[in-house]
Amino acid sequence: MTATTEINKIISKENLVYNKTSVLLDNEMHYCPGCTHGVIHKVIAEVIDEMGIQDKTIGVSPVGCSVLAYNYIDIDWQQAAHGRAPALATATSRLMPEKYVFTYQGDGDLASIGCAEIIHACNRGENIVVFFVNNAIYGMTGGQMAPTTLEGQVTATTPYGRDCKVTGFPMKITEMIAMLPGTRFVTRQSAETPGAVRKLKKAAQKAFENTRENKGLSFIEIVGTCSSGWKLSPVKSNEWMKENMFPYYPLGTLKDE
Amino acid sequence: MAKFKGAIVVDTEKCKGCGLCVVACPTKVIELARDVNGKGYHYAHMANADACIGCSSCGLVCPDTVITVYRVKAS
Amino acid sequence: MGDVRLMKGNEVIAEAAIRCGCDGYFGYPITPQSEIMETLMIRRPQEETGMVVLQAESEVAAINMVYGGASCGKKVMTSSSSPGISLKAEGITYLAGAELPALIVNIVRGGPGLGTIQPAQSDYFQAVKGGGHGDYKLIVLAPASVQEMNDFVDLSFKLAFKYLNPAMILSDGVIGQMMEKVELSDFKPRWTAEEIKEISGSWATVGKPADRERNISTSLDLDSAKQEIFNHKLQAKYRAMEENEVRFEKIACDDAEYLFVAYGSSARICQKAVEQAREKGIKVGLLRPITLFPYPTKAIQEMLKDVKGILSVEMSAGQMVEDVRLAVNGKVPVEHFGRYGGIIPTPEEVVEALEQKILGK
Repeated sequence: MTATTEINKIISKENLVYNKTSVLLDNEMHYCPGCTHGVIHKVIAEVIDEMGIQDKTIGVSPVGCSVLAYNYIDIDWQQAAHGRAPALATATSRLMPEKYVFTYQGDGDLASIGCAEIIHACNRGENIVVFFVNNAIYGMTGGQMAPTTLEGQVTATTPYGRDCKVTGFPMKITEMIAMLPGTRFVTRQSAETPGAVRKLKKAAQKAFENTRENKGLSFIEIVGTCSSGWKLSPVKSNEWMKENMFPYYPLGTLKDE
Repeated sequence: MAKFKGAIVVDTEKCKGCGLCVVACPTKVIELARDVNGKGYHYAHMANADACIGCSSCGLVCPDTVITVYRVKAS
Repeated sequence: MGDVRLMKGNEVIAEAAIRCGCDGYFGYPITPQSEIMETLMIRRPQEETGMVVLQAESEVAAINMVYGGASCGKKVMTSSSSPGISLKAEGITYLAGAELPALIVNIVRGGPGLGTIQPAQSDYFQAVKGGGHGDYKLIVLAPASVQEMNDFVDLSFKLAFKYLNPAMILSDGVIGQMMEKVELSDFKPRWTAEEIKEISGSWATVGKPADRERNISTSLDLDSAKQEIFNHKLQAKYRAMEENEVRFEKIACDDAEYLFVAYGSSARICQKAVEQAREKGIKVGLLRPITLFPYPTKAIQEMLKDVKGILSVEMSAGQMVEDVRLAVNGKVPVEHFGRYGGIIPTPEEVVEALEQKILGK
């Protein structure tokens, strides 16, 4: 038996162990090669599929690279003004308490312009899930400084490196949110290895289960990469993230009540 | 001898050649092709098919969800 | 007669919202309209009709809660006063851009800036000419009585859902704070999930069943060609509003040689000014626009065969007068009289202005 025929024998329906969930649409993603958004979208779609909640889930997309998230996950979506996703989700969840409502926001959207909305939605303990993607840079607008940009990090608006004396310090928004009594589950995850993706998926599952049990707000930060903004290859970006982001933004669950 | 034998199918036209699957593969099955796809990306492919154990690591980390994984028990 | 009460204009907005089957109110306190949310909080409609009432962290959050609620096909509203409406402007243009129905109430106070808490009509431009960015229009209703504060809540929702467009009640601190007799509307039940599916199922984000495409509330289209086509669609909608929804009232216009044009509380003052002027032998009438967009342009034009001069009376430095002039197009003299910064004109001042500016006395 030749190698090719052996492979062809393996490639058959009954041996399938991993494929794209049907909740993820076939539209080609506009993200750059290696972008963490793609992995997070996939994880969310898989959880929605496995929990059987496609017809009960409403996503709120932000302004930023993931503004077009509604082109990829096959659910009803609302597209929010910059930073306002938690306000949309608040009303949606209160007016339809039986639904699963989540926001999907980047670091500029959530931690900068939308700081008030996220803090207050968390403080009210809205029964929603928040996915917060932190790659320490503005992607869509071309690599400017984000609130989470690390000290010394070069961006389009900190071309000589972020000087904390001038621009303040990288914001640990997840730690702030964990302090608010309205939040139930606050965790920081990543998605660069198979193990990390599995952990992220478990966290997402738990978050949506919290919604089902009306437990209040679940907040998942995902430390991710932006190879275009960082001007590194996708593989090098993961290395840079582990070396520089993880020490400042340590992975793990901050709160689980 | 591995307990499982696997194989992957890459949607080469959708692959953006980011190479994250190459790093994620524990048995060094995947390489980026010398050829490019319609968009000019060096797409991922099974360069060392015999070594595949069908673990799905490549599929999990693929941002564009272009990898389908199959697995059988090794005979 | 139905349920007749003596109530404040602001309280009536709240009561009318509950009675018309409103699903949600999201607001932030600001004088002179805080009684709207306060009344709702006292009434506890969540226990009576299931209506959600929430004090948001800011006007910005409140209008975006309205965006979220409207996206679900629900009847949702917010209210504020001038500085707060400026903050809501972003959300309002997003609502217009996403073609979402909603009600925004503006109980106008004097500006610019923090201005004053006294009544004014200086947000006319903001309401009818934009306020936010982009080519969009609001349906703008201007009540002149507490009764109309009641009536226009339900009417606003009807028009908002008919055209899938946000509607605004543009009132002011006079009507908001004033107590008057009002016949309240009868209670209407809130729409059920089934009814929402029937009315708004083609666009409302209520969860995607297997048998339809996903619904997306968005104002984004990166393809300029498509964005232009979408803008054509919006403009066609605004032309349809101009064709079908113009509302106005004429008082003492049959034999009028001169005309006041005034809306809201200015129209009430002009009504008295009409009496006083007629006692002096000046045949003046009043045209009161009820819809400020769409504007009663044709109604004004139709009066031009008899009318020799028009005075636009507003509690502003002269905003609506521009629309009067556009309608008149130079055929007769059009002048403006206004008090502003929170000052309310007297009927005597209005008559004097008519005499000086139009009759040339």
